Amino acid sequence: MNLFQDTLSMPREVMRRDRVFDFMIPADNPRLDISHNTILYLEDVSVSFDGFKAINDLNLYIDAGELRCIIGPNGAGKTTMMDIITGKTRPDTGTVYFGQRIDLLTLSEPEIANQGIGRKFQKPTVFENQSVLCNLELSMAGDKRVWPTFTARLSGEQRDRIGEVLESIGLTTERDLRAGALSHGQKQWLEIGMLLMQNPKLLLVDEPVAGMTHQEMDRTAELLRSLAGERSVVVVEHDMDFVRSIANRVTVLHQGSVLAEGSMEQVQNDPRVVEVYLGGDAC
Amino acid sequence: MFLKQILAGDRGGQTLLALLAVITVLVPILNLAVPEGSPLHLSTYTLTLTGKYLTYALLAVAVDLVWGYLGILSLGHAAFFALGGYAMGMYLMRQIGDRGVYGNPDLPDFMVFLDWQELPWFWYGFDQFWFAALMVMLVPGLVAFAFGWFAFRSRVTGVYLSIITQALTYALMLAFFRNEMGFGGNNGLTDFKEILGFNLQADTTRVALFVASAVALGLGYVACRAIVTSRLGRVSLAIRDAEARTRFIGYRVEHVKLAIFTFSAVLAGIAGALYVPQVGIINPGEFSPLNSIELVIWVAVGGRATLYGAVVGAILVNYAKTTFTGIMPEAWLFALGGLFVVVTLFLPRGVTGLLRRKEASA
Ligand SMILES: Nc1ncnc2c1ncn2[C@@H]1O[C@H](COP(=O)(O)OP(=O)(O)OP(=O)(O)O)[C@@H](O)[C@H]1O
Ligand SMILES: [Mg+2]
Repeated sequence: MNLFQDTLSMPREVMRRDRVFDFMIPADNPRLDISHNTILYLEDVSVSFDGFKAINDLNLYIDAGELRCIIGPNGAGKTTMMDIITGKTRPDTGTVYFGQRIDLLTLSEPEIANQGIGRKFQKPTVFENQSVLCNLELSMAGDKRVWPTFTARLSGEQRDRIGEVLESIGLTTERDLRAGALSHGQKQWLEIGMLLMQNPKLLLVDEPVAGMTHQEMDRTAELLRSLAGERSVVVVEHDMDFVRSIANRVTVLHQGSVLAEGSMEQVQNDPRVVEVYLGGDAC
Repeated sequence: MFLKQILAGDRGGQTLLALLAVITVLVPILNLAVPEGSPLHLSTYTLTLTGKYLTYALLAVAVDLVWGYLGILSLGHAAFFALGGYAMGMYLMRQIGDRGVYGNPDLPDFMVFLDWQELPWFWYGFDQFWFAALMVMLVPGLVAFAFGWFAFRSRVTGVYLSIITQALTYALMLAFFRNEMGFGGNNGLTDFKEILGFNLQADTTRVALFVASAVALGLGYVACRAIVTSRLGRVSLAIRDAEARTRFIGYRVEHVKLAIFTFSAVLAGIAGALYVPQVGIINPGEFSPLNSIELVIWVAVGGRATLYGAVVGAILVNYAKTTFTGIMPEAWLFALGGLFVVVTLFLPRGVTGLLRRKEASA
């Protein structure tokens, strides 16, 4: 039985992604290799909670620099997918790679974050008892071990960086305010700001515009668009107008696997998608 | 410069350190220089009692560091205090030498009584002060580290963690009660004579111990303040308020908890070591789960997550306890329980919270 499995897994072993030539690796995270132009691989991923398959044989590839939208009805498994990528939930089967070499299933949440994957949660979670500034400072990329954190002081350069981020999330005047005192939309932005401070290569953004006004939504769309290119951005969103305004590629998740993938038009006109969305008025 | 930086905006801390500086100068004068008949004379009894309160205050600061700033409700911190106390007690026992009841130069009285022939290996070295001083920090530190290593790595939090800290101190209490453990069984360690060659009953020694306690409290306060004002302090607040979130921005929550918890245990150990020569005894009762709960109440009464509130709470509650147990000892536990309920319901920020509110509205 064991021998049988070993034989089966042999081809996979030979074609392992973590065998590459070192010179192809980009500078900022030496281990992140996107020479094949794909930054995230999810292959044959399944996870079940008490017998219920939340993710079912999911295959998903995100290109380097891409802005991808993921839509799907409630309970489709979108958040669970992000939980798997960020190490919060371990899949029962499947492989998850960040670039060609980093096997995310072997890393803990902080390790994954430090490899360059940042996440904004569906329910905005900022550190309510601390100032906006502190929230950003805490998220800043850097050595996050105990002693270096104890001795860390903000350098002028880092202050400038925080200033820039405050600017781009429109919270400059709120910098000394307690994060708990912000409006829902502002908290959403602060969380995006925290993502920016982490300077990740891959951003996972779960429902960024929930609770935002139309104006706020437009600004968020602009911000997310400006991030793609240098980074890859994966956005989960229910608001179809918003999705239409930012995405060139859309993936539809349904019952834990990919139902359709393509441009917004293609996806919208896909009969299976229409069916899932009950007549398509949500699209 | 450094002090100024970490005490910026900490009115309570500034006041505390100023007060400590004043009493370290004044108290020796009032006790040693002012003649006994004078109304200004400070009795050695009061001096020692206050010194004891100061060690409690240091213990409370240690608890506030982990509870107030890191969200770990440790109900076992008295164990680290007692371990530090035992390490000091062992040194004091060895200092007795052949002046014990049995006059045995090699063995403490209780070992002679138990008919032991030689000193157990874990008593080696305790005749040296430096070694004992090292153990005062190392033993509580190691126990806390080992405990935290398992507890934090398996992500035990909240009530469950509190319960296992209670179990820890309870288990230690049972162990120390046993004569075979070699720590004096339920009588503990007592009948101390000297510390570093100075008579423990002498007023000058008492004053020195008092000053040492005040200095330890001051330094401990500054050290904790240095932690909570650093970025590490902000990370611990983040862990307290949103532990999972802190992981996703790249901090190893377990390591932060382990480091601060261990440091706090070391502080508690130092407090215990200063407590024992002043009260003259250490016994397994110090490990009692009730003690650990009591000291959480001190912190709650004083005001959590302020550090100086812990000092205020420890002194206030213990002063009340001393007074109360003098009048009607049976009622103390009820009074303490009542106090806790009142504080939780009406003063969620403790008594220092009242002052802060006045300050904010002024
Ligand atoms: N930890 C868990 N334990 C049990 N069931 C879970 C757990 N996490 C998710 N689920 C279930 O898995 C399914 C997928 O949940 P998920 O949160 O990923 O959906 P979603 O696509 O993000 O939905 P929404 O659009 O409502 O946010 C749901 O049916 C949910 O109840
Ligand atoms: Mg979701």
